[in-house]
Amino acid sequence: MPSISRRSVLGGSLAGAGTLALPPLALPPLTTPALAQPAVLRIGLMLPFTGTFAALGEAIASAFNLHLKELGGKMGGRTVELVRVDDESDPAKAPSNVNRLLGREKVEALVGTVHSGVVMALVQAAREQQIPLIIPNAGNVAATRELCAPSVFRSSFSNWQPAYGMGKALAAKGIKKAAWVTWDYAAGKESAEGFGDGLRAGGAELTKVLTLPFPETNFQPLLAQLPGLGVQAVGSFFAGGGAIQFVKDYAAAGLRDKLPLCGSGFLTEGVLKAQGAAAEGIQTALHYGDGIDNAKNTAFRAAYKATTNRDADVYAVQGYDAAQMLAIGLAGTKGDAAAAKELSAAIRAAKIDSPRGAFTISASHNPVQTIWLREAKNGENRVIGAAAEALADPGTGCKAA
Amino acid sequence: MEGFLAQLLNGLQYGLLLFLIGSGLTLIFGVMGVINLAHGSLFMIGAYLAYVVATLTGEFWLAPPAAVLGGLAFGALLERGLFRKFREREHLDQVLLTFALILLFEEARAALLDNQFHAVAVPPSLDFSIPVTGGFAYSAYRLAVLAICLAVAAVMFAFVERTRIGASIRAAAENPEMVDLLGLDARSIHTLVFAAGTALAMLAGALAAPLQSVYPGMGDGFLILSFIVVVIGGLGSIAGAFWAALLVGSIDTLGKVYAPQIAGISVCVLMAAVLLWRPNGLFARG
Amino acid sequence: MTRPGARGNLWLGLAALALASMPLWAAPWHMQLASTAAIAAMFALSLQLLAGGAGLISLAHAGFFGLGAYSVYLLGGGRSIFLTLPAAALLAGLAAAATGYLALRTRGFYFLMTTLAFGQMLFFLFHDTPLGGGADGVFIARPDMIWTVPKAARPVVFLLLNLTILTAMYLFLWKLMGSLFGHALSGIRANEDRMRAMGHDVAGLKLTAFVLAGALAGVAGHMAAVTDAFVSPELLGWHHAAEALLMILLGGIGHLHGPILGAFALTAIREVGQSITERQRLVEGLAILAAVLLLRRGIAGLRR
Repeated sequence: MPSISRRSVLGGSLAGAGTLALPPLALPPLTTPALAQPAVLRIGLMLPFTGTFAALGEAIASAFNLHLKELGGKMGGRTVELVRVDDESDPAKAPSNVNRLLGREKVEALVGTVHSGVVMALVQAAREQQIPLIIPNAGNVAATRELCAPSVFRSSFSNWQPAYGMGKALAAKGIKKAAWVTWDYAAGKESAEGFGDGLRAGGAELTKVLTLPFPETNFQPLLAQLPGLGVQAVGSFFAGGGAIQFVKDYAAAGLRDKLPLCGSGFLTEGVLKAQGAAAEGIQTALHYGDGIDNAKNTAFRAAYKATTNRDADVYAVQGYDAAQMLAIGLAGTKGDAAAAKELSAAIRAAKIDSPRGAFTISASHNPVQTIWLREAKNGENRVIGAAAEALADPGTGCKAA
Repeated sequence: MEGFLAQLLNGLQYGLLLFLIGSGLTLIFGVMGVINLAHGSLFMIGAYLAYVVATLTGEFWLAPPAAVLGGLAFGALLERGLFRKFREREHLDQVLLTFALILLFEEARAALLDNQFHAVAVPPSLDFSIPVTGGFAYSAYRLAVLAICLAVAAVMFAFVERTRIGASIRAAAENPEMVDLLGLDARSIHTLVFAAGTALAMLAGALAAPLQSVYPGMGDGFLILSFIVVVIGGLGSIAGAFWAALLVGSIDTLGKVYAPQIAGISVCVLMAAVLLWRPNGLFARG
Repeated sequence: MTRPGARGNLWLGLAALALASMPLWAAPWHMQLASTAAIAAMFALSLQLLAGGAGLISLAHAGFFGLGAYSVYLLGGGRSIFLTLPAAALLAGLAAAATGYLALRTRGFYFLMTTLAFGQMLFFLFHDTPLGGGADGVFIARPDMIWTVPKAARPVVFLLLNLTILTAMYLFLWKLMGSLFGHALSGIRANEDRMRAMGHDVAGLKLTAFVLAGALAGVAGHMAAVTDAFVSPELLGWHHAAEALLMILLGGIGHLHGPILGAFALTAIREVGQSITERQRLVEGLAILAAVLLLRRGIAGLRR
């Protein structure tokens, strides 16, 4: 059975074509034994390449590839070959897509994904088969709380983190009462929780949470309620098309001057141009932003722009750091992806030199990172300070740690 | 109470947009018997057309007429090139055809443009807000969309109720066999209806573009809602679609305000209730 | 809807045997793929009882599939398959009874939309309430199957299990469609009013078919949950129901075995599409377009 490698993006220029043929297998164990490592290490990138999240998937994949190139196409001494699978952000197809990567493409490590339902199938495979998994976006808290596992890592954030930072920063400014507007789904609820915890940490309170069904964008009914709530500020968690429209509708409803709008950074991430003047002055909290002044960030942004002709965003950073984390882990095991313990120990011990600022990995395998406070100005999310430094997700319920 | 009035305005505006999409759907079903699943994609195409036109010319107001004219041409092309071949086939074959079109339209969009979000700026002349109630204002563009939708609805009623062609469309929608008996040219009526339905969906997309921005899959949510509108109103009935659209718009809006926990299915519950009460919709004739 | 004759069944049996021999010659991935196709075939076949059998197109069917899948989770996981399988069928059948009792008052496209509404209510129940573990889906401990299946043997065991249940479901429906009940359903599909005038209990017959089909969808869903050990609310959504319909239409709505051919063909088309290009929807769209233009009676109608 010849393996068709049309979708296999060669990481470096070195990967030999001769290694593509699959070995004939009767009933093999699904992980490769450490003793006889094939020369080529295949890594599965399961990301959305079509649909609403397609741009995010592309950014993550491009940045992952960028770091791989910087490493000369190798991780842990082995030549890396990337295998892309489009997960279509469809949880119903997720188990089958994971099986495809593990069974058909014989990948030894997984990177994915954006959608928090699809990521569950990846987490399950990683837990069951001790395959290392780096989550480059999906922020559902469960992955690094009750479902945490030695082989599961996240290079991005938990939904709780940016919202907590925003709540804390708001309270520090003297706001006493605030409301939260979001979609009625897991990420929305988890961010609301973080926002409330952050406000409480600063002596303020979250008095109302308004929701609408995901992924609807008819915000008018919610906006019309806001003036009557008696709050001093409004926070929100939306992303993509929803974020664009929410910010524009918010401004058009004349609410901006009366009730400052803020939120998890995704509210203005990658969509500022589309939001235009409506977003001007909005403060958000996120683990990345424009104008982070460190050498790594400057170099990364230049290189990313040069290879993709796009400006780097938070998704690119997460993809880049996913590659960094995996490379560090594999370096610690000399390229043996199946040595879960050593791989985990290497990543845990490392300080990841990220464009967002260096971060470490918590016991539950989520980044311990600075959440920046940013202000939207002239099409940029300018960093104006730290909303919360070295912030770790509570990691409640993680037993593997 | 003031808040309630603002919410009714919200429901009205949302409902009228749904009517633009639903009216084409109900006509196409009534006259041709085609369940057009690709109607949401036509909405998306209209929105992308608005984005392209506004970006190239810098003038948004060229987009709605472009969507109407482009829609008429595109719809006529689809009907002549594809749907005509399916006239004698089973309804489900036509459903399958429209499903294939969804996939192909989506791929064409990705190939011609990209997968990014794109904003379409609100035309500068309408880029201001009018206070409605204490602290809540309504964007002038939103009000303009409301007015345009009402105008389109009025033109449609006048056309369907008062003209000869309109009378034959009504005849075709109520009783497809009768068209042949009356010696009307059923083929031209089909082309006209499909072209008009496409133009309405694309106009709705173009008008929604500055409100929504344009992005992949943006028509998906509207497809089901407009089918619900069509069914509640009674298949083939334009008046039914109009009142049903306003009903659905209001229930959706009020559901979000007063029962946010079940807002996701309030419209489904409404449809189920209506159909259990009147199994052929509210305005079904005969 | 026609039933395959002895020769048709022979060919189907040979195909099933060929699939069952996969452990001897195929890689685990291809066995998993065949398992996925077999489950999709069960789902589409259960809908065929309504669509091809009685002329009822239902979009609530994914709701029953999902209920069957979630019943494994609701029972706590790790239970015996001899408990979870009947429970899944029972739960899905009960839900189908309630849904069918109401929805069958409407006809045609109105029926389609009413079932869509009920299906979305079931989806909502699992997507937006804590009942099923939340919107992101949940892992489930695999049920016991007499003995604990070692990881490496799973693709083989599940392939054989799914093929067995698919075969059983097909034989059951083959028998059923040949019975008086099956003939009555066909009569309803052809002309409902005439059947009523002839004194048949049309409402009762339709409801029986609806409940039976729902229970079978529950069985399919149960097998999906057991095979994947992961369930998500999307299993209940209308997209999933539409996919089963797509398989039926592709395979041939006029033939009992159409859905099986459609399910395996669509799985193969997608597999090829995903292997050769990232524009897989282009492949899928063109394949469906070609099928609808060229094959007037689906794949099963090719031989005419």
